[in-house]
Amino acid sequence: MMTQDLSQDVLTPIWLTLALASSTTIILLIVGTPLAWWLARSKARWKEVVAAFVSIPLVLPPTVLGFYLLIALGPNGPGGALASLWGARTLAFSFPGLLIGSVFYSMPFVVQPIRNAFEAMGDRPLEVAATLRASPCRAFWSVAVPLASPGFLTGAILGFAHTIGEFGVVLMIGGNIPGQTKVLSIAVYDFVETSQWATAHLLAGGMVVLSFCVIFSMMLIEKRLRQARS
Amino acid sequence: MFMKVAVRRFSFFYLVAAIFISPTATFAETVNIAVAANFTDPAKEMAQIFREKTGHDAILSFGPSGQFYAQIKESAPFQIFLSADEERPKKLVEEGFAVPNGSFTYAIGRLVLWSKKPGFVKNEEVLKKGNFTKISIANPASAPYGVAAIEVMKALNVYDALKSKIVEGNSIAQTFQFVDSDNAELGFIAQSQIMTRTDGSGWQVPQKLYKEIRQDAVLLKSGENNEAAKAFITFLKGSVAKNIIKKFGYAIPGKP
Repeated sequence: MMTQDLSQDVLTPIWLTLALASSTTIILLIVGTPLAWWLARSKARWKEVVAAFVSIPLVLPPTVLGFYLLIALGPNGPGGALASLWGARTLAFSFPGLLIGSVFYSMPFVVQPIRNAFEAMGDRPLEVAATLRASPCRAFWSVAVPLASPGFLTGAILGFAHTIGEFGVVLMIGGNIPGQTKVLSIAVYDFVETSQWATAHLLAGGMVVLSFCVIFSMMLIEKRLRQARS
Repeated sequence: MFMKVAVRRFSFFYLVAAIFISPTATFAETVNIAVAANFTDPAKEMAQIFREKTGHDAILSFGPSGQFYAQIKESAPFQIFLSADEERPKKLVEEGFAVPNGSFTYAIGRLVLWSKKPGFVKNEEVLKKGNFTKISIANPASAPYGVAAIEVMKALNVYDALKSKIVEGNSIAQTFQFVDSDNAELGFIAQSQIMTRTDGSGWQVPQKLYKEIRQDAVLLKSGENNEAAKAFITFLKGSVAKNIIKKFGYAIPGKP
């Protein structure tokens, strides 16, 4: 009995949360890298406007983002139009919906460190690569990306961790469906609300340990990278 | 130098403010009330009339009953709890967080199946047809309206068929929000939430299909010596409050 309860009530949210966090991180690395590159290299004056939009979720309460997402994902918004492609009515209450929300919500945590790394690199390495007849594409992959790897690492870890910690947005657009939208933070909330404190302790304690490990390992990695450079 | 003056001015301001706001300086007291989300509108109206009548201030917090229950056990600063169920107030009395014999039923909730689409919901047929993708209910683990919604679906033998279409709102307020934003085509909500609405379509679920949603109020230990809290309890039992409660679509205990 206990083991079945555990697998349903505890393991499913954990698995779902990890799936959401890793998909979000992968999408953000794919979308965020060209964006960060452009933000770092472009001379366009309005690029800071774009940068500000990317960073807005840092300031916005999750309820604001959740509110807009609820409307945007719904039948009268773009999300509904997208959902109708596979016969659904709304993107709210679904894993893809949460994924879209998380991508916006965690974007600054991935884009900012990568942009910083590209900027810190300066023009020089790429100029050298060009004199050695490397194509811009080749220079990007074999010079810029390796040099900016600490930024990628920090961005990926932060994006992953921040998505795990997401609560308000999911609460507002999730609908609490086990296996689809009931992530770890929501499960903890539910257990606390229904006085199942033993299970709540189990999950909450696990999250504290996990968060500590993420932050601590990141600090260690950064320290090592700094030492390796100097 | 400027900073110092500014700081001094600020503390003077607070000192003056403290004297004026201080409860001992005036007769009026303040009571903090945790209100179940479904009772939001009637509670707001009550608080206003309560202030006009008694001079006391009722400060309202709205949310799911389960959350308030957990918070009150951790000494949240509420003196009164208007729950959406009868179990939680009783438990608070048993566990010593509320005044003994302090819980009573202030309202009986009515469940409504509602949709934003005009003409979509007429009676239980819409549930049997299942002609929709999402149906919104309150989280049955923490909200009595959610429990009632499941009882209704089971009584109509449609629960198993609809199970995969259910989405849960964290409170009855959020359940309504899912329907009102049209993300779910219909949902089981509280009658009080659509009293002022003229759009959409709804079906008041017959009482025989679900166990009465008796909503109990309780005076918490921290409100035992609070004049405003005691006054509000008296007010809640009085005829003015009862009329407001009825106006918002609730039944009054003891009367059909």
